This record gives sequence, C-alpha cells and structure tokens, in this order.
Amino acid sequence: RVWIRFILIQNRAGKTRLAKWYMQFDDDEKQKLIEEVHAVVTVRDAKHTNFVEFRNFKIIYRRYAGLYFCICVDVNDNNLAYLEAIHNFVEVLNEYFHNVCELDLVFNFYKVYTVVDEMFLAGEIRETSQTKVLKQLLMLQSLE
Amino acid sequence: MLAGSRPGVGKAATSRRLAPLCSPSPGKSKEAEIKRINKELANIRSKFKGDKALDGYSKKKYVCKLLFIFLLGHDIDFGHMEAVNLLSSNRYTEKQIGYLFISVLVNSNSELIRLINNAIKNDLASRNPTFMGLALHCIANVGSREMAEAFAGEVPKILVAGDTMDSVKQSAALCLLRLYRTSPDLVPMGDWTSRVVHLLNDQHLGVVTAATSLITTLAQKNPEEFKTSVSLAVSRLSRIVTSASTDLQDYTYYFVPAPWLSVKLLRLLQCYPPPEDPAVRGRLTECLETILNKAQEPPKSKKVQHSNAKNAVLFEAISLIIHHDSEPNLLVRACNQLGQFLQHRETNLRYLALESMCTLASSEFSHEAVKTHIDTVINALKTERDVSVRQRAVDLLYAMCDRSNAQQIVAEMLSYLETADYSIREEIVLKVAILAEKYAVDYAWYVDTILNLIRIAGDYVSEEVWYRVIQIVINRDDVQGYAAKTVFEALQAPACHENLVKVGGYILGEFGNLIAGDPRSSPLVQFNLLHSKFHLCSVPTRALLLSTYIKFVNLFPEVKPTIQDVLRGDSQLRNADVELQQRAVEYLRLSTVASTDILATVLEEMPPFPERESSILAKLKKKKGPSTVTDLEDTKRERSVDVNGGPEPAPASASAAVGPSPAVPACCDGLGNNLLLFCSLMSRGVSQPQRAFPKHPRISAGGSEFVCKNNGVLFENQLLQIGLKSEFRQNLGRMFIFYGNKTSTQFLNFTPTPVPRCGLDSLTRTHLNLQTKPVDPTVDGGAQVQQVVNIECVSDFTEAPVLNIQFRYGGTFQNVSVQLPITLNKFFQPTEMSSQDFFQRWKQLSNPQQEVQNIFKAKHPMDTEITKAKIIGFGSALLEEVDPNPANFVGAGIIHTKTSQTGCLLRLEPNLQAQMYRLTLRTSKETVSQRLCELLSQQF
Repeated sequence: RVWIRFILIQNRAGKTRLAKWYMQFDDDEKQKLIEEVHAVVTVRDAKHTNFVEFRNFKIIYRRYAGLYFCICVDVNDNNLAYLEAIHNFVEVLNEYFHNVCELDLVFNFYKVYTVVDEMFLAGEIRETSQTKVLKQLLMLQSLE
Repeated sequence: MLAGSRPGVGKAATSRRLAPLCSPSPGKSKEAEIKRINKELANIRSKFKGDKALDGYSKKKYVCKLLFIFLLGHDIDFGHMEAVNLLSSNRYTEKQIGYLFISVLVNSNSELIRLINNAIKNDLASRNPTFMGLALHCIANVGSREMAEAFAGEVPKILVAGDTMDSVKQSAALCLLRLYRTSPDLVPMGDWTSRVVHLLNDQHLGVVTAATSLITTLAQKNPEEFKTSVSLAVSRLSRIVTSASTDLQDYTYYFVPAPWLSVKLLRLLQCYPPPEDPAVRGRLTECLETILNKAQEPPKSKKVQHSNAKNAVLFEAISLIIHHDSEPNLLVRACNQLGQFLQHRETNLRYLALESMCTLASSEFSHEAVKTHIDTVINALKTERDVSVRQRAVDLLYAMCDRSNAQQIVAEMLSYLETADYSIREEIVLKVAILAEKYAVDYAWYVDTILNLIRIAGDYVSEEVWYRVIQIVINRDDVQGYAAKTVFEALQAPACHENLVKVGGYILGEFGNLIAGDPRSSPLVQFNLLHSKFHLCSVPTRALLLSTYIKFVNLFPEVKPTIQDVLRGDSQLRNADVELQQRAVEYLRLSTVASTDILATVLEEMPPFPERESSILAKLKKKKGPSTVTDLEDTKRERSVDVNGGPEPAPASASAAVGPSPAVPACCDGLGNNLLLFCSLMSRGVSQPQRAFPKHPRISAGGSEFVCKNNGVLFENQLLQIGLKSEFRQNLGRMFIFYGNKTSTQFLNFTPTPVPRCGLDSLTRTHLNLQTKPVDPTVDGGAQVQQVVNIECVSDFTEAPVLNIQFRYGGTFQNVSVQLPITLNKFFQPTEMSSQDFFQRWKQLSNPQQEVQNIFKAKHPMDTEITKAKIIGFGSALLEEVDPNPANFVGAGIIHTKTSQTGCLLRLEPNLQAQMYRLTLRTSKETVSQRLCELLSQQF
C-alpha cells in the first residue's frame, strides 16, 4: 500500500508547471495541497534534507534552477529511490527538450504528460531506462 | 539543464499557437489576462458551434487550447464532447490530446463515460501498441469504478497474452494495479495470476519493474496466491546484485545496476516472512551480504546520483533485514553500516540513518548495538540544522532508551527542550514524561523530571502529563513527602507556570501535612504561598485551588479561620463564575457545619487510582499514529518485564469504593476520564501493517457474515477465541469484544488494540474514531476478558478497522490481526416510504455517479425469506409492495455520519433462472453507493 500520491512541479513563485494526481482529490483539495507543498518546500535551504514530512506523508523534492520537483509518498517509502527517480525524470526531460527550461514545460505541457506517463504510471515507477523512454518518445514524436 | 540562462521567449516559437495566451511579460495585469482568455474561449466556443464541421486538426488545436487554459487555472465547461470525438481519430496527436483532456478533466464531467469507454475498448482491441498504450494510460489515470467494471476483465488478458508488446505489458500491469486499488472486488483472481508471477523472469527489465509493483500490491492482500513470487524475486535480485555495473546496460544508473527494480524486489520480499526453503534463504542472505559489502567498496563515481542509487538499495535491504528480524549477524552489520552514516557529511544520509536505526532499536538482536551510538545521536540533537533531522534524533533516543541510559537520555531531551523548535516541543514533552515514568527506579527523580518539564515548557505540558504525575504520587506513598517538598520549593519561584500551580495545589492539598512540621513550610506558609498565585490563575485552576483550601481546612484546623475569611470574601462568594461561586458557598458551609469526623471522611485523602495504561502514552500514540508507537512500546514493554521488572503497578484498591467525595469534584475532574486509551485516527504507520508487526504480515479478514449481523464469533485459533456483540445507533456504535483464553496457561502482556485503517483519501480525512480502554494485561487460562470499543463514524469509509492483538504465551510472543466488522452499513437507519415517494426519489438520484450497479451470480440458494432477513440485517428498511415486480426487493435508509447524512435507496432484482442478481444502489454520494453495493453484493 505504498505508492506516489502526486507529483508536482512548481516554480519559486508557486506557479504549478505540472500536477499529476494518483489518487482522487477534489479541486479545492488539490489547490490546498499545491499551496501547502509550496510553503513547506520553499522555506528549506540547500543544507536541509530533500525530505519533508507533510501531513501523514512525505514530500521528496529536488530543486533545479527555479523549479521544485516534488513527489508525495508514504512516510516509510524509500526516500532515496524517489529522489533519484526525480533526477532520472529530469535527465529525460533535458535530453528530450534539448536543454530543458521552464517554458518548455509550459508550452509543451502535453508532451510533458506523455513523458510522465512513460516513466510513472498509477503512482508507480513504470520505466527507468532513459534509453528506452527516449526511444519511445522519439517514436511518438515521429507520429505527429 | 533548467538553468534558465536562455531568454525564455525565444522558446515559445516552437509552440506559437499557444503563445498569445501565455504572456511571459509579468507586467500585464490579471484582468487583462482574464479578458484575453474570455475572448479566446468565446472564439473556441463559436468554432465548436459553427456550421462548418471542424476537421480533426482544428478540433485538436482548440481542445488543446482549452486544456491549456484549464491548466492556467481557469474553469472550462465545454469541449468535452469534442475531446471524446478526438478519441476515435486515427491520428496519434489527435487521440493523445483527446485522452489527455479526459484524464485531466474527467472528474468534473463523467456523463460521457460510456462514450469514452467505447473508444477505449476500440483502442485496446486495435492491436496498435501506441493506441493500446494511450488507452491503458487513460484507464490508469482515471481509474474510476465504471472503468474497472468495463475493463477489469480485459486488462489481465492483455497483460499475459503471448503477443503483447513489452511496453504495452508494462502499462497493462500498472493499469491493472490502479483498478485493483480502486475496486479490488472487480478484479477477479484467476489463471492470469500465476502467469503474472512469472513476469518476474521476463527478459525486459521494464516489464519486471512494472510487474513487481503489481505483484507486491496483490501479494499484500493475497499472500498465499503469490507465494511463488518469493523465490523468483530472490533469484532476480541475485542476478542483479551480482552483475557487473555494465551488464544491464540501459538499466544501469550511474554505475548501479537496476537500482529501482532492486528496491521494488526488496519491498516485495517484505510482504513475506524469511523464505522457508533453505536454498532460497541462503541465496537471499548472500544477496543482502553482497549489498552490505558493496557499501564498503570505494565508490565508482563521485556523483551524488551514484551514491544515492546505491544507498537506496542498501536502505531497502536493511529494511528487509529488520523486517525478517531473524539474522543477528545481518542485523548487527546493518546497525554498523547505519552507524557510519550517522556521521556522514550528507544530511540526507544522516537523516535516513537515524530513521532506519529507530526500527532497528526495537529488535532484540540489535538493540544493544544501536545503543552504542548514543553519543552521536545526542550530538545530532545539538548540532543538526534541519529540524526534521533533529526530530529523527529525538525519535531514535526515545527508541533506544532503556533502564541503563534513561537518566542520560531524559536529561539530554530536557536540555534540548529549552531550545527546541516549537513544532516538536509537545511531542518531546510527552516522550520525556513517558520515559521518566517507565524507567523511574527512583520516583524522586521522576517528580523532579516532570517539574522540570513544567518549568521549561509549561505551555506544552498537556493535561495528561500533569494528571499522570498526580496519579503516580497518589499511588506511591514513598514519594509523597518528597513531592510535597519539591512542589513547595518550586512554587517559591516568583513566576511559575500555571501547570505548576495546579500540580502544587493538588499535591499540597493531599500531602501538605507531610511537610507541615518544618516551620518554613508550616500550614499558613503553604496556604499563603498558594494563595499568592490564586489571582493570576484561570478559572479552572482557581477552582482546583479552592478544593485545596477546603482540604487544608481538614488537614490543618489552625488555618481554618484564614481560609473561611478567604471563602467569605466577595471575590469568591459573589464571583461571576458560577463554578467558583458554588464552590466557595459549598466549601464555606461545609467548613462551618460539618463536624471534624464528617470533614475527615468527606475530605479524605484520594484513594489510589486504578492502574491503567499511561494516559500520556495514549496521547503520544494519538499524536504519532498508533503503530509507530505500539511497535516500539510493546517490544520495549516486553523487554522491561524480562530484564528490569518494570515499576510495579499499584494494585487497584478495592476500598476505592469511597470514591472521590462530592466535596472535591473539580480537582479530580478528568483525572479518571482522560485515562481512556485514545486510538483516534492519526495513522501514520497503520497503512503498512506488515511493518508494524513483522512476524505476521497477514490480516485475517473478519468474515463478511458480520455485514448483516452484529453478534457472533469473530476469530478462533488454538489459543484464542474472539467473540463480538455490538450495537449501533445513528453515527455511533459500541462493540463488546470478548477474548477467551482457550488454553490452561496465562496470557501475559495481553494488548488488543483496534486501529482504524486509512482508505485511499486518508491524506485528508478521518473517517472513524475508535475509543477503548486497555484490558487487564494478564488473562488466566480458561478465562475471558471483555473490552468495550466506542465507535464514531465521522464520514463514509471503505476500510474496516483492524484489531491487533499481541500477547505472550508460554514464552513466545503472539500476534493476531483481525478485521473488525465495522462496515459503513452499520450506520444505517431504516426509512419507511411509500411507493410513490420511493420512485420519486429514485428518479432524483439519476446522475450516473449516484448509481452503482452490480450483476452477480448467486452464491447461496435464492430464498426469499433469507434475502429479506439479510436486507433488514443490512440496516435498511425493507419496503414491501413498492416495486411493481413482487419478486424484487427494495429498501431505503439513511447512512449517518458525523459530517453528513446520506439517503440511500436500493433495489435487488433476482433472476431465478440465471441464478443471478442485479443490485442497484442510489445515493447522493458516489462513495457511499459504491461501498454499500460492494458490501451487500457479498451477501447473496
């Protein structure tokens, strides 16, 4: 009974660049979670851990330039595995968008969702091989 | 990467069509944005409504724009139909945007579900792997019950079919996992299960990765069926950990072979006890040793990614070692490894090492090894910059505490408390109070510690803590004189916390006489000291002090006139507060009219409190969630009984019949009431019962036979029988649980604990409150004990609570977990209504989310009378002569929860020829309809 509850990408100002929910929340609740996560994560500095307790769960997060990549999991789940899953995801985005920046995520949001679904599905890690994910993404791109 | 060095606007060129909507210049006002968006929405709407049919490309373009506008935070109330149309396109981009729109927006509009399901069905049958992938991802993302109904049969077939592409298999596995999580009842176990297990052998590691997640979740609920996964997982793991860092190519991450898959396999193994087959067990031990050895090798890369991935596997291996709790050698090695991390320069590793060591501390094999790190942990408490790391250090100190180091740990926690973050003060206070009590050899030390707590962090000392110190002082006459002397001295401080005044007032009122011989603390001095604080205190404290004064009248006749003067004063007799005024009047009168004998009887010393579980412990459990504490506590309690003998509980006094006399009401108010063991739902660890109770990961399902009845035998094995009697009214219930010892030997440390489990949305809500008192920890052979559980249903829920029972029998520790049959229908109140009313309401509830229907085969003979009895037992009213077809059954009732009342209508249509039933539930709340339908379907 351990899985990712949601993935959020937010910038420092609190703008959401991606929100992927793996359990049912109503819209108000989603908004509240987004705000709370932002408040919890942005006050921490680089010397702090990449893990924060959040309600009865844990946020595993990593900051890249002005963006926070956050994954919400159960308190006893494997913290480092998710921390590196974030990095693996970011490396794929970087490769796919050729040096990714925040606006890539904004304007190509529909592609970002595809990348997420290739790597995470139903709150679980689906595929970890960067080569395999990128190959699939290029194949899909060729269909456009 | 994401360095943000490039000017962002340039990039917009790649997606020019969205650019006008998202102005990168921050200068524009919010109103301008809304205006622009409204204009665009109007434009799109006119395109959709236009006479000219849009081609696929334009439709996709506009649906995509709508989605973009939605993601910017604006409401979208149209375009759903166009999105659904896109699903049947043959072009990937159009289909993809259609599916994305549905995945993101489906919550707000599910009337189209039939059309969507139809499109999904076509795509699943298309044999085009790209389209199949899109369809499976859509099911996995939405995961609604309707989708489960439509596809729970199809997805397993795709998963195990020989010709399915690898990437589709991956999606199918996780898609099925999602359906199983939302609607386990709709995912039938079958032939496919054994084939799924064999996916662990698949050549494609991505397939193995996805399948392992699925198997882990299924194995938690059906451990027997997936037992064979253990040996397969071990051999897969073994191949990974022994491979060279280049062997796995695509799956090697910074020189670590398949780290995520390794973690998942290690997690899967935590659903089971250590393998019984010695060969498998030996191989697993080798794997774990290899992982521990690798941690000592020089790193293959200086990158943090390398060490993180390696350590992710290492920590999971350590979790498995702790879970098995059977190999002393591995446990000690794990402990040494964590010890190294405690001093690591990476904050993450120090944090994780503290966290992991906390569970190690409760294993008898490694408890001593953990204790050797005490100085490092204390140092962490003092020097770590991140509060969450300090919090872990506090947790670990608490977990490693025993009689040998209690004084040191309590002293360190107290000194940390002076500067601790506000967010964790209350918890530290509770922990200090518990440790001080549990390991007190010397009760003077205990009293000092609690008074120190009040001095340092008075605001964070909850009622439970100061009630507890009073209980202990009252129950132990060897400490009463010391306590009186100490509180008297503490009260001398010019500014002391109100909690100290409460404790001081109570203790001096009971035992002030023990120090009255000393002229420095003569009765009058004591009285004046207390009364000097009186006017600064709140009403409840003043009420308590008034009771102290009347007790003084009895203890010290010489101060009676002084006290009567005070009571007679206007500020007492005419106090605006009713409680204070009443006490003043009554006490004054009592002191005047009663003879010395009567005074002595009425104001006698408080009888000892019956020994119950520490109210503080209950409070900590409440704060931290039951299982995190229970599991440490129980192991510790067990150990302290063996080794240390523990503080002897004062016997519950039979003469306590005297009871708190009517004249001393308020000062003992709450002292009794607050001793309840609170088990309310704050669950942090309950969602993983296998962690909390490593030896027995399985929860026996309390039979579904209790859905329609309230009494019976819940569980029985060779040692123990559990019987139930329960009653429910509106949103409240009471359950009597009877535990019978079937053996002739005593059960020791018998601790049954009912814990609510979280449903899927437990992140935000509490559904069920359970309150109970602990039972006598000793159950004689052949004897029966009873436990009462008070139940409050806060909102509708799916997961039944679990009753965890631990006890010692003949030297071994027994662990039983049973589901408690507290189901949503217990909070049903039947409602009678006429045929006309029924159908009118039935029509009102015609929204697709409100209706849940299930068609199923009869499992029992289809007998009308039994069916009627079951519907009534289910809780709803059975409405006769309502349905035009007399063979059908209809019922109505209201589900009461604290937060809402939900009207429910049900209709059961038997088909005798086919031996089938169709059950339809309509309520105003989707989750209620679903749950009731599930529950009732199991009954026929």
